[in-house]
Amino acid sequence: MANTATVDELGHAPEVRGKNYLNQTAGVWSWLTTVDHKRIGIMYLVSVLVGFGLGGIFALLVRLELLTAKKTIMDATQYNQAFTLHGAAMVFLFIIPSIPASLGNFFLPLMIGAKDVAFPKLNLLSLYLFWIGAIFMLAAIVTGGVDTGWTFYVPYASGVSTTSVISATFGVFVMGFSSILTGLNFIVTLHKLRAPGMSWYRMPLFLWSLYATSIIQVLATPVLGITLLLLIFERAFHIGIFDPTLGGDPVLFQHFFWFYSHPAVYIMILPGMGVATEILSTHSKRRVFGYKAIAFSSVAIALVSFLVWGHHMFVSGQSELSSAIFSFLTFFVAIPSGVKMFNWLGTLWGGSIRFTVPMLYGIAFLFLFAIGGLTGLFLGTLSVDLHLHDTYFVVAHFHYVMMGSTAIAFFGGLHHWWPKMTGKMYDEKLARVGFALTFIGFNWTFFTQFILGTRGMPRRYYNYLDQFQPLHAFSTYGSWVLGTGFLITFICLARSLKTGAPAPANPWDSTTLEWQTASPPITENFEKAPIVTLDAYERPAEETA
Amino acid sequence: MSAKAEALGGAGESKLSPQFHVAHHFDKADTQFDAGRMGVWLFLVTEILLFGGLFCAFAIFRSKYFPSFVEAHHHLDRVMGGINTIVLITSSFTMALAVRSAQKNETKKTTLLLAITLACAAGFLVVKYFEYSHKIHDGLLPGGNFTAADFASGHPGIFFAIYFMMTGIHGVHVVIGMGLILWILLRNQKNEFSSRYYAPVENVGLYWHLVDLVWIFLFPLLYLVG
Repeated sequence: MANTATVDELGHAPEVRGKNYLNQTAGVWSWLTTVDHKRIGIMYLVSVLVGFGLGGIFALLVRLELLTAKKTIMDATQYNQAFTLHGAAMVFLFIIPSIPASLGNFFLPLMIGAKDVAFPKLNLLSLYLFWIGAIFMLAAIVTGGVDTGWTFYVPYASGVSTTSVISATFGVFVMGFSSILTGLNFIVTLHKLRAPGMSWYRMPLFLWSLYATSIIQVLATPVLGITLLLLIFERAFHIGIFDPTLGGDPVLFQHFFWFYSHPAVYIMILPGMGVATEILSTHSKRRVFGYKAIAFSSVAIALVSFLVWGHHMFVSGQSELSSAIFSFLTFFVAIPSGVKMFNWLGTLWGGSIRFTVPMLYGIAFLFLFAIGGLTGLFLGTLSVDLHLHDTYFVVAHFHYVMMGSTAIAFFGGLHHWWPKMTGKMYDEKLARVGFALTFIGFNWTFFTQFILGTRGMPRRYYNYLDQFQPLHAFSTYGSWVLGTGFLITFICLARSLKTGAPAPANPWDSTTLEWQTASPPITENFEKAPIVTLDAYERPAEETA
Repeated sequence: MSAKAEALGGAGESKLSPQFHVAHHFDKADTQFDAGRMGVWLFLVTEILLFGGLFCAFAIFRSKYFPSFVEAHHHLDRVMGGINTIVLITSSFTMALAVRSAQKNETKKTTLLLAITLACAAGFLVVKYFEYSHKIHDGLLPGGNFTAADFASGHPGIFFAIYFMMTGIHGVHVVIGMGLILWILLRNQKNEFSSRYYAPVENVGLYWHLVDLVWIFLFPLLYLVG
């Protein structure tokens, strides 16, 4: 989309250009009171990376404990807390806000040629709500921990557990508002602030995926809000709605919880799919194959996501008819996911593929999402699920989707857009080492768990049968490689901030609008308001001729 | 709407809502108004889903413990509930009139109408207070706190759990609404609203209508149907 007439004058290093969003004003206060979507995106980015680090430490502790069949480093109570906090931190502090709130906040207005999101102050409020929620969650860790599992199932969470359930769930409740307001802001921005000429079908596909994500955030999160509120009242005042001794129904909690939390799975994966689309197109210099198919499959996934929550409850006493219907609807999700998969491959076909660092993450995403997605079909099959339910097969499946797909796409997007956000390039060699260790370590850790699961190893167990010990130990060794990979990636990116070479405006020769302004962009995003005349992945005639 | 206002305003327009200017990231005032309104409508959708969970719980437990729900609902005060319904519908009406008078530059009338709306909201809470204290006195409380005797059917505590959760969350919305109405009332007194700029009045109005609408579903479901 090299059509803004400002390309040449903006194609300089930031040092030459002078002011940008990072050095426009200085001081902590100027950041805490900013309404600039780019600064808010950066603050989210730092926050979710801290959340990721926290969740990651708990993950390594859990894996270390499982090295031996009996006690290794912690007792059973501590182990319950460690896996709960790993899950809760990863889901609520990292994955759900990760791509939309950091990369989305930064790039959504840039990609549509807008100066900001529709409600900049609301955007800042979302960030503060996220921080307040996070503080309640951290307070829970300090004041007694949480040992319910990240799903807070009743009656254990509402009565039996003696840990700080209220503080943790209230934190999630507050963070839910942050998520709702971000989604609301994105929907209105996409409707009202597209630059002249930026029609819906000219938007980069990352934005279609964010749009679908926002719909889920707005429609599903309130249900989680009311569910957690009921749980808090149940625990504090024994209102009885989830308590069988008072006539309440614990399974109702599961229905409510998964009515949000299954769509939330797509809040996590859809933005990753969008990032992957941008990476695969840019780094193979190909127009996206099947633009509309990918765009509509995002919306289709968002809609179907509301109809599949019952597949978490195949063994919760649900009727066979309900289970059969939910099973069928679950298979239905595979159709739009498959549409995406084949269109991504179609995009790569005949492209001039460059194995840059973001592209390595992009291809890893395809590989890992294929495994994560297909193993979901195993679990959606009723007879197979009865065997695999609550085993390590489930753990491996959702780690392939959540971490192998979403987190890999997130880090791919981080490497893809890093030059734009920071104005600095990174050390490609070191970044490749970080990627390679992450990819190898990830498969090492989690493919092993597919095997553990099919052999009947139940999830969340502290002590296990000796026959599982070799595979558990093998998985734990993998987690060390994985942790090292992420550590190297962080070192690489941190070093780039200090010593990285200045980034050009468009280092990857991408066609989308965010690359047509300086790196890093100025506070107003564009020198002149852009007028769009080409599709997102279309090159101007003089380039293609 | 503001396009029309611009056509009508002409030379005198700069005197209307002098503090208002289009935010830097919008191309014109119309886009800004549309965006704000769309945001509020989306927010109202989230509110419906929030209450939707409770309505769903109501439907499930009502079908599960039908005799208990019938028996328990006779303990709610239909007269008080009915008065509150009338009070809230009246407040919705005055709120709608306030939006209209703000659009027509009738600042004093707007203040009066907003004040009536505020009074109705306060009246609603006063009636609610008497209802709640009556229930608490009789021990008609949620789940484990339920102490009232002479109930023939099992689990009336579930009915009162849902009653208190739904009306309680609705009551919180009324309190928040009062804060919002007070906020636009004070801004209105500073002559901030006019045919050129009235978005906050309209958006608070939209919110207030939803609060009213939720009650219009709560009242028959909890108080009337047996």
